[in-house]
Amino acid sequence: MRFVDVAAESANPLIPHTAELVVGAIAFTLLFLVLRSKVVPMFEKAFAARTEAIQGGMERAEKAQLEAQNALVQYNDQLSKAREEAQTLREEARVQGVAIIDELRTKAQEEATRITASAHASIEAERQQAITSLRNEVGSLAIQLASKIVGEALDDQARQSRIVDRFLDDLEKSK
Amino acid sequence: MRTLHLLRADGEGFVPPSTNDFNLPPVFGNNEYTTKPILLVFLSVILISVFFILASRKAAIVPSKLQFAGESIYGFVRNDLARDNIGHEFMRFVPYLFTLFTFILTNNIFGIVPLLQFPAMSHVSFPYVLAIFTFITFHYIGIRKQGVVKYFKDIMFMPGVPKAAYILLTPLELATFFIVRPLTLSLRLFANMFAGHLLLLVFILGGDHLLKGVIGLKLISPFAFAFGIGLTFFEFMVQCLQAYIFTLLTALYIAGALADEH
Repeated sequence: MRFVDVAAESANPLIPHTAELVVGAIAFTLLFLVLRSKVVPMFEKAFAARTEAIQGGMERAEKAQLEAQNALVQYNDQLSKAREEAQTLREEARVQGVAIIDELRTKAQEEATRITASAHASIEAERQQAITSLRNEVGSLAIQLASKIVGEALDDQARQSRIVDRFLDDLEKSK
Repeated sequence: MRTLHLLRADGEGFVPPSTNDFNLPPVFGNNEYTTKPILLVFLSVILISVFFILASRKAAIVPSKLQFAGESIYGFVRNDLARDNIGHEFMRFVPYLFTLFTFILTNNIFGIVPLLQFPAMSHVSFPYVLAIFTFITFHYIGIRKQGVVKYFKDIMFMPGVPKAAYILLTPLELATFFIVRPLTLSLRLFANMFAGHLLLLVFILGGDHLLKGVIGLKLISPFAFAFGIGLTFFEFMVQCLQAYIFTLLTALYIAGALADEH
């Protein structure tokens, strides 16, 4: 039964002590001020720096990727342009080559024609010359022969020529 | 405990621990500001300050173990308690909620720390003080946010309710906001710590008493101690939970005061 008395003697646990109220308020306020001024800003700083670092890294990576993509597009562009250029160059060269060959061929043909023509002309001229000289020589030779055979001077020039001509004409006709 | 030993010396038999065991005498002389719970509260302020200042001092992007430990607790209060409950204005209340959580948690855990072994929150004065701070905070925020008239009008005459219901609702709401909330907040914390400590006392002192008894009782004594140890782990859970609940409810009350209608 003793402990009942002891319990009755003890203070009601729901009644606060003044000292504890004061200390509680002071201690809590103190802790609040310390944490608010020293701890929270530092943690927030760390959080912000971390977020910044992660976001910055991601942004940088994105930027690099974009740049790489741009470069790739540019290179592809340049490559296709170069290909086109080469293609046109080849085409042009081909066309030019064909033209040059054509031109050369025409020129050669012309030259050949010209040479042939001049050759023909000179041949003709030489033939005419040969004919003329042959006629003269044949005439004088024949007359010499005839005068020797006939023994008669046939020194009349006009007669000589007539006779020779007639002889030659006959000769040609008989051919 | 002093009475207990005295009584035992008289051979009066086992006296179960009572509320008297919570009235500890001053450690130094007769100064009532040097009782164990008061010294423990000061110790908690020093420990929390030192720990978090050391943990947050460098504010490195890649945290050390210490910084990570501090950040985990801070991040828990900041994100899970403040941000998720209060919303976009949460940052203003993070220091208060953070202080509340660490202060209660540390003082609760003192209940099972060897040598200290006393939860300061089992002295009702400390929960009262914290509840008063929370009470002032959320009413002040509500009045600042909505103006005195609208704030009290919203509490007394909840919008969107039939007029007749106010007969019942108005006193209930007033009681909720001005009596029930601070009272339950402080008493919940106090009672949990008080009962938990009492429970540990019963088993440890009981085991101790059994050990001094006849041989049959000596054999039972280890079970009492084992149960006391098991309850210590259980107490640890309750101590964390109570710190969490107190802070969570404070955050919810603040969120309610910030909301236009409750």
